[in-house]
Amino acid sequence: MTQKVISANRLGDGLVVYLATDGSWAEWISGSVIALDEATADAMLAQARQAEQDRIVIDPYLIDVAEVDGQVRPTKYREFIRATGPSVRPDLSKQNYVPDPASHETGAHDTGV
Amino acid sequence: MALIKDRELSQDSWLYIEDGAPVPSAGGAIVSLERWQAERDQLSGRNAPIGVRLDADTAPESLAVDIDRLDLIAVPFDHFKDGRGYSTGRLLRERFGFTGELRAVGDVLRDQLAFLERCGFDSFEYAGGTAAADALKAFDEIGVVYQTATDRRQTAAAVRNHPSRAFSNGTSG
Amino acid sequence: MYIYDEIDQTLVDQRVNQFRDQVRRRIAGELSEDEFKPLRLMNGVYLQLHAYMLRVAIPYGTLSAEQLRKLAWIARKYDRGYGHFTTRQNLQYNWPKLEELPDLLAELAGVQMHALQTSGNCIRNVTADQYAGVAADEVIDPRIHAEIIRQWSTLHPEFTFLPRKFKIAVTGAETDRAAVKVHDIGLIAKRDAAGELGFEVIVGGGQGRTPMVGPTIRDFLPEKYLLSYLEAVLRVYNRLGRRDNMYKARIKIQVHETGAEKFTEMVEREWEQIRDTAVELPAGERERIAAFFNPPLYDATGDGAEILARDVAGDADFARWVSTNVAAHKADGYAIANISLKPIGGVPGDASAEQMDAVAALAERFSLSEIRVTHEQNLVLPHVRQDDLYAVWQTLKSYDLHTPNLGLVSDMIACPGLDYCALANARSIPLAQEISQRFADLDRQHDIGELKLKISGCINACGHHHVGHIGILGVDRKGEEYYQITLGGSGAEDASLGDIIGPAFPYDRVVNAIETLVDAYLGVRADGERFLDTYRRLGADPFKEALYGTH
Repeated sequence: MTQKVISANRLGDGLVVYLATDGSWAEWISGSVIALDEATADAMLAQARQAEQDRIVIDPYLIDVAEVDGQVRPTKYREFIRATGPSVRPDLSKQNYVPDPASHETGAHDTGV
Repeated sequence: MALIKDRELSQDSWLYIEDGAPVPSAGGAIVSLERWQAERDQLSGRNAPIGVRLDADTAPESLAVDIDRLDLIAVPFDHFKDGRGYSTGRLLRERFGFTGELRAVGDVLRDQLAFLERCGFDSFEYAGGTAAADALKAFDEIGVVYQTATDRRQTAAAVRNHPSRAFSNGTSG
Repeated sequence: MYIYDEIDQTLVDQRVNQFRDQVRRRIAGELSEDEFKPLRLMNGVYLQLHAYMLRVAIPYGTLSAEQLRKLAWIARKYDRGYGHFTTRQNLQYNWPKLEELPDLLAELAGVQMHALQTSGNCIRNVTADQYAGVAADEVIDPRIHAEIIRQWSTLHPEFTFLPRKFKIAVTGAETDRAAVKVHDIGLIAKRDAAGELGFEVIVGGGQGRTPMVGPTIRDFLPEKYLLSYLEAVLRVYNRLGRRDNMYKARIKIQVHETGAEKFTEMVEREWEQIRDTAVELPAGERERIAAFFNPPLYDATGDGAEILARDVAGDADFARWVSTNVAAHKADGYAIANISLKPIGGVPGDASAEQMDAVAALAERFSLSEIRVTHEQNLVLPHVRQDDLYAVWQTLKSYDLHTPNLGLVSDMIACPGLDYCALANARSIPLAQEISQRFADLDRQHDIGELKLKISGCINACGHHHVGHIGILGVDRKGEEYYQITLGGSGAEDASLGDIIGPAFPYDRVVNAIETLVDAYLGVRADGERFLDTYRRLGADPFKEALYGTH
């Protein structure tokens, strides 16, 4: 099975979020928990659906990812755009609005996702 | 299910009778359209109120001959997004002159109540998640209407052209 | 333009409160997303790729300077500093937060604006000719009836849960700048032999998956019967339109499957029953609404044309802008100034808050405080004195709003596409940008002449590609962005749907393909022929040959 993460939109502000290891929702895909097998993927989805019931997120779903240069990256272009922002407005990218906890600079341009 | 009638929570004095089950001799009975069409003389011969539950695609025209014999018509909304019942309600009232209880049943939620009332419905088998008592607020949320409908509420244009009339919320029928 | 009175204002204020409570109930869990979704859609709130999206209604594309200023203010406070003007004359914000939406909508209500019914299976924003009220070839200002229809359709209790969305467009001129023939209902105002006002009624046009040019179901409907006739059409649709398959649920499918003649009979039969009932406006109300659209007090000085000629002679860039972007006005000494939101390499239809403020200020000073939004994603200052045009242009220059490309190849329509839209298969904006850059040379664009290029990122056709002289449709082919090219479409009174001319191209070959098509046209055109005319004269062969090397 390809690696998978859970993607959703947060209810209150609509922003794209990813299920993180501690069950919280990360704004960066770099913070997401990755499923390596189907059982884990199913469990993650169940957890995400509970978060939907609890009115934290809307419409969670599984997406395929791959590790590229040590970074988590969606394999589908649509999901890549969701993870990073509109391709035509780099100034509106996640980088510029949400500091990546994995990066050492706040708001800095990141070479990964 | 909570019954809302004339904008109040109400006890339901009607019973749905399954096809094939005996219709009680007293009390309001709601039967299926098929049963009504098969047994109309017997059913209206009963000295008790009789109602019919339509199907979602029943054309109101098919009830025209029966309008005066019916005390209640239940119009189903299989899914709240299916808006056919709004036209059905309006036609039953406005075109065929139905004056009995016009009841919306099925997927009847809070945010459809005001629209339904404007289309002639005066009772609702409320199926929404909000408490029914809260749902009653839905009728008063929008006090301005632009277009005419069954309820004959004063439209904005009517109020403007007869400034002595204040806005009123008419009830249907 | 129409000004709200207390009654109109009450409705939008109450609507904001209603939505505020609906949001509260959603966040508190009293409403599931399934129950909330149709409610938020009725307030124009979508969930898109990156965030919520709010579609603000701009009725028939008319805005006051104050309203445009507020849109700029909202962009700054509640969004990321910009907005996108759409092919239905509306404005989209791409980053509002659900929790802040009630406040945002309250701000809109404060300037007589709303987002009512800009989404959902209900009657949407009624669009009209952007030159309404100022075009020389007008029978009547279509906005009068657009406003009448807007009110009639607002929270219409019978038509709030239609099989699918419903779009109405009105034109009052023979030249159709509102694309009425590809709308669910299109209305063309006209006068009969006795001079009485009425409408040609077109039902069942549309784009999307199954594009159709709508048939005329009534040649002449007397004006006084407008609302009852519309009610009849909507009732026939609400009762019998398909609800089994969302891709077959528009009225165009019903008209097509029923047959236009039979459909017309059904409408007329229903209409017979209601035509003389209270659905029509009371006497006086129509006049009251019409009065808002009386021509303003023009006060040209009389030497406007002379001054303009002098300004044109003195500045070649200004001259070029006048030749493309300025249209004739019905009042002496006045002009219609088109503001292009398609700078070379820019995002088509986007405007920053600064740009919105600049246009508002220009409108206040030079256009009787009025702005129009076109369905081709540009803006218009409808009442500019000829002798003020130069000053207007100079200000536009400092905001990059001066591109002299109206109707030229870089004046593209592009939907938001995969960069923003959850429905998209492919990106459209960067393609538009690259095509624009390829044709950056304005002399070249002028030489090519009128060329309406329209790009949609998916089959829903929000970019109106079916009616592009050149249309481009983004498709997903095994995870890759591919683009289907169509030729020969038109949204004007000569409406036609574009023809697919061959296999789709991958993203990195599309710009070359477009250039090839343009060069092919230049090679065979007759004098004075637009691209569209040449295509209609010669058919697809020379273009297929150029692109694919085959017939």
